[in-house]
Amino acid sequence: MGFELLLKGNNLGRLFGGLAVALKISLLSVCISLILGTVLGSLMNDRHPLIKGVLRGYLEIVRLMPQLVLLFLAYFGTTRVLGINISAETASVFVFSFWGTAEMSDLVRGALSGIPAAQYESSMALGLNDVQTLVFVILPQIIRRMLPLSINLITRMIKTTSLIMMIGIVEVLKVGQQIIEANRKIDPNAAFGIYFTVFVLYFAVCWPISKLSKYLEKKWEA
Amino acid sequence: MDEILNIRGISKKYEDLVVLDHLDLRVRSGEVVVIVGPSGCGKSTFLRCINALEKVDDGEVILDGKVIDPQDKHLSKVREKIGMVFQSYELFPHKTVLQNLVLAPVRVKKMNRKEAEKEALRLLERVGLLSKKNNYPRQLSGGQKQRVAIVRALMMNPEILLLDEITAALDPEMVREVLEVVLDLAKEGRTMIIVTHELPFAKAVADRVVFIDGGRIIEEGEPKDFFEHPKTERLRKFLHSFTYE
Repeated sequence: MGFELLLKGNNLGRLFGGLAVALKISLLSVCISLILGTVLGSLMNDRHPLIKGVLRGYLEIVRLMPQLVLLFLAYFGTTRVLGINISAETASVFVFSFWGTAEMSDLVRGALSGIPAAQYESSMALGLNDVQTLVFVILPQIIRRMLPLSINLITRMIKTTSLIMMIGIVEVLKVGQQIIEANRKIDPNAAFGIYFTVFVLYFAVCWPISKLSKYLEKKWEA
Repeated sequence: MDEILNIRGISKKYEDLVVLDHLDLRVRSGEVVVIVGPSGCGKSTFLRCINALEKVDDGEVILDGKVIDPQDKHLSKVREKIGMVFQSYELFPHKTVLQNLVLAPVRVKKMNRKEAEKEALRLLERVGLLSKKNNYPRQLSGGQKQRVAIVRALMMNPEILLLDEITAALDPEMVREVLEVVLDLAKEGRTMIIVTHELPFAKAVADRVVFIDGGRIIEEGEPKDFFEHPKTERLRKFLHSFTYE
């Protein structure tokens, strides 16, 4: 069934190495997205129509465009036209952050607009100043609303890293392909065992994260 | 008795709509003033202008002889002295009852947390909610939430308490448990301005009742005169709208 190939040479180790590459790119992108998304999200309710319009447009574009096209655009497109030569990993982090920032900003916007104005007022009526109101009353509520959803975004990002092999990054799926290719003659059934292993690896990473999100949701919203 | 609050000629407009039209009101220490009037007459806006949640277009609010300046960087210092309870309770949903109560005393008054908790428990016991101290607001009934909100305002030991239709969102059977707390506070000598639609309660709790309509004070007086011998036609009509005969 192909599972025996895992023990051949350093195959299993290589798969884990590929997984590490995927995780590194997604975690780096998540961190960037969290920071930029929070900033942009708090601007999205801005009264200025231009700021609002630009941010809405950005969100729409990112939502409608397949991530693979963005990856090709960032990696192959920029090299010739802009004359910049970025590594495939940099291009991936850029594209994933570009995508994640848009999604995250929408989450922040939603969480912010879901907090009634009277929450600010009741806090200020108690004598808390603007900063105290933000730190002790508003932000904790926003984080509670957002965390489960942003954790979801993390798992989606990890899953989507399977696309980055298309711009030449050797991540877990690519490693799997290489193992299958190398052993095609001796083990024609390799595809099942190896891809199944890749599936299990993704699952093993994403499942606890998804569980954590469910747990937090229950804890805070019950 | 000493005058604690002096409101002079405050006016407020939303675009073309005049909400408050040169209102004056003086409140003495320990006095309970109840404001009644039809919906949209500006009662709530009036309360919100007192602690500068709304900015007035004209006039001034003087607390303890000092004009409240809405532009003041230390406005929060003034708001400490003015407690406010809202129609929709507005407890902080991510905090337990006890945490709701000690937040402002600890952060604003820099009170020792242990002491603040002791005071919170004492007040909770007084309103019959000691057993709920570790519950979250979502686990309480509307009446319980509102009693906690009153205690939260009391924790700052304010000089004056503003109650903005605090029973309007409650089921009828919960109104009484909240109003009894307010009656208790009145007996204790708390200075309060109360906006309410509960006329029998107004009669019981008020030292003075004020009728606002169209952004102006139409009539005011002691509860007995106010309800039994209204002088103006508008107040007569308003009072009549509550009776079924």
